[in-house]
Amino acid sequence: MQVLRLLFTRLATTAITLAGVAVIVFFVIRVVPGNPIAMMLPPGATEDDIARLSALYGLDKPLLTQFGIWVAGVIQGDFGTSITTRQPVLDLVLGRLPATLELSIMALIMAMILGGAAALTGTRFRGGRTEGAIDVANGMALSVPDFLWGLVLILLFGVLMPVFHISGRVTPSLELPFTTNFYLFESLIRLRFDLWADIVAHMFMPALALAIPLAAIIGQLLKQSLKETVNLDYVTLARTKGYGETRVILREALRNAALPTLTLVGVQFTFLIGGTVIIERLFSYEGLGNMAIDAVINRDLPLIQGIVILFAVIFTGVNLIVDLLYTVLNPRLRHG
Amino acid sequence: MAEAKVLDGRSLVRRRAGLRLWLSAGWLTLLCIVALLAPWISPKDPLAQDLFLGRLPPFWVQGAEPGYWLGTDSLGRDVLSRIIHGARVALTVALVAGAITCVIGATLGLLAGFLRGWVDMVISRLIDIWMAFPPVLFSILLIAVLGPGLISIIIAIVVIDWTRFARVVRAEAMAQGAMDYVASARVAGRGRLGTMVREILPNVLPTIVVLLTLEMGIAVIVEAILSFVNLSISTDDPTWGGMIAEGRTSVHQAWWVLVFPLVTLFLTVLAFSQLGEGLKDRFDPVLR
Repeated sequence: MQVLRLLFTRLATTAITLAGVAVIVFFVIRVVPGNPIAMMLPPGATEDDIARLSALYGLDKPLLTQFGIWVAGVIQGDFGTSITTRQPVLDLVLGRLPATLELSIMALIMAMILGGAAALTGTRFRGGRTEGAIDVANGMALSVPDFLWGLVLILLFGVLMPVFHISGRVTPSLELPFTTNFYLFESLIRLRFDLWADIVAHMFMPALALAIPLAAIIGQLLKQSLKETVNLDYVTLARTKGYGETRVILREALRNAALPTLTLVGVQFTFLIGGTVIIERLFSYEGLGNMAIDAVINRDLPLIQGIVILFAVIFTGVNLIVDLLYTVLNPRLRHG
Repeated sequence: MAEAKVLDGRSLVRRRAGLRLWLSAGWLTLLCIVALLAPWISPKDPLAQDLFLGRLPPFWVQGAEPGYWLGTDSLGRDVLSRIIHGARVALTVALVAGAITCVIGATLGLLAGFLRGWVDMVISRLIDIWMAFPPVLFSILLIAVLGPGLISIIIAIVVIDWTRFARVVRAEAMAQGAMDYVASARVAGRGRLGTMVREILPNVLPTIVVLLTLEMGIAVIVEAILSFVNLSISTDDPTWGGMIAEGRTSVHQAWWVLVFPLVTLFLTVLAFSQLGEGLKDRFDPVLR
């Protein structure tokens, strides 16, 4: 019951948030100077040509009417037509979404592994030099944003020791047998490990750049809650049974310490997805964010709207799922 | 024995935090001085191009030209001079955008957290909407609307980042508002606004100062990101982000064009955030 009521109120606020995003993005980008239609026509086009094409895209109507047409379309799943490529916005956006999703999820997994390892090592050797070193590394990782880590990685693994690719998603000369745009996933399914390795070599640096700050947050929080847990009675009991410290931390403490960290990871994951915009640009990775920046530069209004709405849907969706999961997993809230 | 050990540990933590604080403050002071004196201390004109002196390496590498300490970029512009002049843009953005964001965000957060009711509802909904935008894309959009330039960058940072202050200050103000001293101030006859400004604000101030130093670091990064996607100031003016963007394209031919501005930016961002962390340890035991 409680979960249902929460679901309902959260769905309502999510709808308000999305409506707000739609209104803001629509009216903000219409203040952008520069006529997108004039930009796409060859030089020497007459006023008449511009007017005709504007009418085709509905850009000659009053703003409120344009907004009404757009919203009505969006509700029916029609996000309009991109001005630069003349393809439906929805197709373009969904075509790029898998690239961004794969990058974000790979980064999330890397962050959990790195952060988890840091927290466990720090807890195992708590109070010593190792913990101090981990704290310093965490502090550094947390202070510097993904954009700068990306540049540092380019220098380290792209120039100094060129082991990974610094741009693109896959080597362009490779023959791709894929039917979906989930290259990483599909290459695994098709057992094409040669392609998989190439894709991973392209994704490694952008994913790591996104992962480093999140790994630091996970490391700090998990270590903190692990250190609280290792002194609880049931953990001490396990220790008196003769289990080693490492086993006690892994088998007993981790289980209870993980929940608070997991809920935080959800919120931080949306920040990570937001970070893909500039990281994709930095690594010329053909995802949603890179397309978004091009769309702004080209004044492709329908495409900008579509991408921003999609990002907003992802962000609010992740937050909604995390909130619901937290309620389901935490009995105190469920019956509260 | 045990007590002595605890005390020792604490003084060690404090000493390390103190060192961190002084190093960060030192680097930022140096940067301020360099930025102020830029026209007098930079060895070359940061805009002067000389295609015959393109991609000169830094002074210790074979083929370097005397006077160009950190080498030149592909147009023959002096890297060191451009970093020095870039500090002006970076620090202006950090100080001005940081301060304005802080005032607006903290005020809204304070109002929402202390007054509650419909004010809180409106501000919280706005925060929700803002959080649903990818911030980098939002800033690029705003610069496209406002046109490139220093003022546009500052406006974009304020418009996007006020939520950072508003969210934290709102939560703090709510927590403070529930405490006894606030109730007694009200009983003693202080008005609502008086209580907010005289009682709540001083208690939230340490948090605000810490957030402000962090925001300054973020502002420097945002400026660099916008220069990187070529939307910041005009392309000629030296900015760290612009230099990094240029260095990124020629990293295989001339690594120094990327490395030096990157190291400067890295240290500056680190200094701002360590300053914030250090201050947090210094004057707010609760935040620790």
